[in-house]
Amino acid sequence: MMASTHGQAAGAAASGPRSVPVIALEGLTKTFPGADGRPVHALGPVDLRILPGEFVALVGPSGCGKSTLLRLIAGLEAASGGTRQRYGTPFEAPSHEVGIIFQDHVLFPWATVLENVLLPADILHLPRRVADERARKLLALTGLSDFAGHKPQMLSGGMKQRAAFCRAMLADPRFLLLDEPFGALDALTREELSLELSRLWGELGRTAFMITHDIDEAILLGDRVLVMSPRPGRIVADIAVDLPRPRSVDTAAHPRFQAIKQQIRRLIFERRST
Amino acid sequence: MNARHAGRLLTPAVYAVCLIAWEGLVHGFAIPSWLLPAPSQIMAAALAWGPELAANAFVTLRETLAGFLLALALSLPLAGLIAFNALARRSLYPLLLGLQSVPKVALAPLMTVWFGFSEWPKILIVVLVCFFPILVNVVAGLDSVPSAMLDLMRSLGAPQHMVLRRLRIPAALPALFTGCKVAITFAVIGAVIAEFVSAQSGLGYLIMITTSQSQTPVAFAAILVLTGISVALFYAIEFLEKRFVTWKV
Repeated sequence: MMASTHGQAAGAAASGPRSVPVIALEGLTKTFPGADGRPVHALGPVDLRILPGEFVALVGPSGCGKSTLLRLIAGLEAASGGTRQRYGTPFEAPSHEVGIIFQDHVLFPWATVLENVLLPADILHLPRRVADERARKLLALTGLSDFAGHKPQMLSGGMKQRAAFCRAMLADPRFLLLDEPFGALDALTREELSLELSRLWGELGRTAFMITHDIDEAILLGDRVLVMSPRPGRIVADIAVDLPRPRSVDTAAHPRFQAIKQQIRRLIFERRST
Repeated sequence: MNARHAGRLLTPAVYAVCLIAWEGLVHGFAIPSWLLPAPSQIMAAALAWGPELAANAFVTLRETLAGFLLALALSLPLAGLIAFNALARRSLYPLLLGLQSVPKVALAPLMTVWFGFSEWPKILIVVLVCFFPILVNVVAGLDSVPSAMLDLMRSLGAPQHMVLRRLRIPAALPALFTGCKVAITFAVIGAVIAEFVSAQSGLGYLIMITTSQSQTPVAFAAILVLTGISVALFYAIEFLEKRFVTWKV
């Protein structure tokens, strides 16, 4: 049941209603083998279309299956039922056209920041000079130029996540998946990085799907906010965020922001109390 | 004198007190040197027997290092096989872990039966005692790669050899060094025990001969040299570890 749909979001409208969705899920489900041998229904059925240029954020309580949904969209996990298409083609495996930013940066501690950022180039055999130039440009864009030769453990949490962003963007992916990207950071750094990501996303013009348990973060970044129910996770609301871009530190003070936030909180907490 | 200087001097001071007490006890109770030599007598014996000690230390060191390196060369590919092949893990690993329970030094006389009086029985005992700690630690290291890192490699479509080279091997390095540090200590013990069983040279042989001839100060000097070798090898590996493993897990 969709609680509210304000039509397609702004980003989608710009690419036209007929454009092929980046991701299209239909009736997607996931069950895991449980401890007692009986299958545990973790997710779905989920129907979801992500259109080119959209930033879709999904919020849900812990354990609702949102991480599973992201892994299914990434192709890192096999679905138990339903269909999934990437750019109109069914898929089972990950694609290097999809960049992933993991919750816990996942930088290799034995490599420098620059080597970490260049990892996709090594694996995909990108031309070294082009990749090098692009890595340095991304590091400059995120204010990490002076730390290219440092090991990740010498960086702050926020800087590590910026480096992970650079790595995810190195191979120029068309679609970005964000798995609670700021979940491990303190509140101030989270907000700072959210705004920075919003700015970068605006400049780079990519499609993105982010899962988070932070409602503010979801509204601040998203064109749409999807709300997920507790396990088995289903999308119970699809809320268009009709707030102007670029979003800034003042966006959270916008009356519309507060209204959307209240709507989402009601969806989550009223559902829980029943 | 401040606390930091005091802390630094504490260890040598403890050693000095122990040595002086030892020296005093031996002289005070007139203990004969064949029963317990005083530190001064051990030092005198070490100087007098310098060339013999050095020549035999060289033999023991050679056996230790040859056995250790051979064990390394054997255990690394096996660890890789066990870590990446489910069949090898289910068939080989229980077998190897079972063999680990065999007291390896008890095999030393058999080694002599099989391989004669050359240096090979000693080297093989060293291989046996070094092999398991390295293998078990490297398998654990290859297994311990965080799943998110594997997801990252998979999301980039990295082929297996790339996952191995860029992720699993570096991730297993700390465990490899842990295994090597355990192994190198065992290696010296293994070499000496093998020399006890049958040898014409080496520090273990020297200890056996001099003890049976009541030249106890020389035996003590040989034990001192052995301890030095053991400590030196341990710190050599730790030095390499500090150079190659610059991160904490």
